[in-house]
Amino acid sequence: MPDALADTAPGTPKVAPNAAPADRGPLLRAHRRRARLALAGLALAALVAAAISMTIGLRGNIAFALELRAVRLAALVQVAVAIAVSTVVFQTVTGNRILTPSIMGMDSLYLLVQSVLVLALGAAGFSALPAGLTFAGEAALMALLAAALFLPILRQRGDVVLMLLAGVVLGALFRGLSSLVARLIDPNTFAIVQSVSFADFNTVDERLLLPCILLTLAGTALIWRSRHVLDIMALGADDAVGLGVDWRRTAVGLVLVVGVLVAVSTALVGPVAFLGLLVVALAERLAGTTRHAVLLPAAALTGVVLLVGGQTVLAHVFGNALTLGIVIEFAGGLLFLVLLLSSRLR
Amino acid sequence: MSVPTGLHPSPRARPGLRLDLAAAIVLFAALVVASLLVGVGDLGGAGGLQLLVVSRVPRTLAAILTGAGLAIAGLVMQTLAKNRFVEPMTAGTGQAAGLGILAMTILAPGASIALKSLAATVAAFAGTALFLALVRRLPPTQPFLVPLFAIVYGGVVGAVTTAVAWETDLLQYLDIWTNGEFSAVMQGRYELLWVNAAIVAAAWWVADRLTILSLGRDTAVGLGLNYAVMLQAGLAIVALVAGVTVATVGAIPFVGLVVPALVARRYGEDVRAVLPIIAAGGAGLVLACDLLARVVRFPYELPVGTVLAVVGAAVFLAVIFARPRQT
Repeated sequence: MPDALADTAPGTPKVAPNAAPADRGPLLRAHRRRARLALAGLALAALVAAAISMTIGLRGNIAFALELRAVRLAALVQVAVAIAVSTVVFQTVTGNRILTPSIMGMDSLYLLVQSVLVLALGAAGFSALPAGLTFAGEAALMALLAAALFLPILRQRGDVVLMLLAGVVLGALFRGLSSLVARLIDPNTFAIVQSVSFADFNTVDERLLLPCILLTLAGTALIWRSRHVLDIMALGADDAVGLGVDWRRTAVGLVLVVGVLVAVSTALVGPVAFLGLLVVALAERLAGTTRHAVLLPAAALTGVVLLVGGQTVLAHVFGNALTLGIVIEFAGGLLFLVLLLSSRLR
Repeated sequence: MSVPTGLHPSPRARPGLRLDLAAAIVLFAALVVASLLVGVGDLGGAGGLQLLVVSRVPRTLAAILTGAGLAIAGLVMQTLAKNRFVEPMTAGTGQAAGLGILAMTILAPGASIALKSLAATVAAFAGTALFLALVRRLPPTQPFLVPLFAIVYGGVVGAVTTAVAWETDLLQYLDIWTNGEFSAVMQGRYELLWVNAAIVAAAWWVADRLTILSLGRDTAVGLGLNYAVMLQAGLAIVALVAGVTVATVGAIPFVGLVVPALVARRYGEDVRAVLPIIAAGGAGLVLACDLLARVVRFPYELPVGTVLAVVGAAVFLAVIFARPRQT
């Protein structure tokens, strides 16, 4: 048991969620208090960030500006929740806190799905379809492909480094394929594909907002309902089966939901490779626990603070000098390198 | 337990080397002829000879020089990092070279391509030296940790380069250096690539010392090798190839990875023996992919870097999964 726990959460306090002996009661209470404090602090920070992003520097047609900002805020919150939740779940299923869906190439897969669809339907056909419908189809296709592609890799959970490398190269392959597909279609269509392949937090496709809200809500609700099952899954496949969880079926279901959530975040802002890693690593340290009932909301709130706060700071302090996507890429990449160097994989 | 990095002499070294070499030469000649014949212009027409001299021959030579140089740079980089799965264009060297050119473009917009190559080489040297210093801190028991680290390191250096290009409104220029293609190659626009030929010759000259270098620091010093000097020389080789190639035709990924890996698997690790095959293999691979890039959507062209991103990644996946599993 201790080994299985160490495997899922290296470096965190090893307190089993529901199995505390009597003499560890005070310790457990202290942990719970810390988790509650962290959640409350994060919620407050998220609210402040949202309020500032709505009100800072308002002038001119206030109603128009507020509407514009509300749309962007809704999109950013959705993206933060989708990335945080999907990363936590993916990491639990793979049994390692260093794997994220996008490091494993999932958002590149979404780009590939998108460019193949544009190639198959043509630019006119693609634009003629209602955006919500096309997106729902893409998300479904993406979820199925993700399950089919990544579950075989996930079976190699013993060799984390091989899994990671395979995922990174798979992502490079998908990106290569989608830019190849993009070159095969005519230049106008190429622009459609090109516009989704860069992370952009400023321009949000409003037509996608509603279907994305629905999918994010549904996916998050499903994951929240399985939060206790996730605690058991974190013990590893063998222990989970021993405790009565149908590991394979649950894993397939969870990866399907992860696929949909990745589709949501990629469709709204584009690929952001290291955001999930950054968000969950921060949330875990702040909350001091890996219990999913705490980790899931903590990660989602951390994501909101980072995205909404980061966007506001970059826009109003640095005058849009840098894009948030590049900053996150840089900081998250550095964190990943530090994690690799600091022997977290052994 | 054997060293898992795979840099040890293979027991079945060099089976049927000569026969393979003969077959390779025939195939290579066929590729060259095809590369000279394929194109939109008509060679039989009035300006046929001029078309050949000004466009087709330079393009074919550029592909050969680029491929050979990148493959040899990959081999040297793998020797320095003591790992089979790294190569300059995905491990930060190419991205650092891009940063160097970018800096030169900002500071001296009118600089010649030779000056830009020099800046790229200096930046590539620094970027690769940092990479090697960091990689030495990774545990030697995990062969796949090094390429993973390499790719993310390349991504971080690439993010810095992108940020600088964004800031200075040079993103479109950056695209030229990050995705290699030969469509702009003409007489007068590729000659710097002959540096790659000189590099291949230099690598041939120090081949035995490179073999010794791959045995590790202690063994190499014990055998009388000046380890520090050889390390710098190897770094210079990698940085020069990356600098010149990125400045002239742009970055082309995976050539330096898949060619040495496949050749070593078949012919072993004696650098002097495999060096010509690796150079020829790299040249052949780039030439073949450029041909593919020219015919897939004739009369339009794809960048050869895009073709190799797909071909190379697929071969790389096959290579890492086909490895015998360590116990």
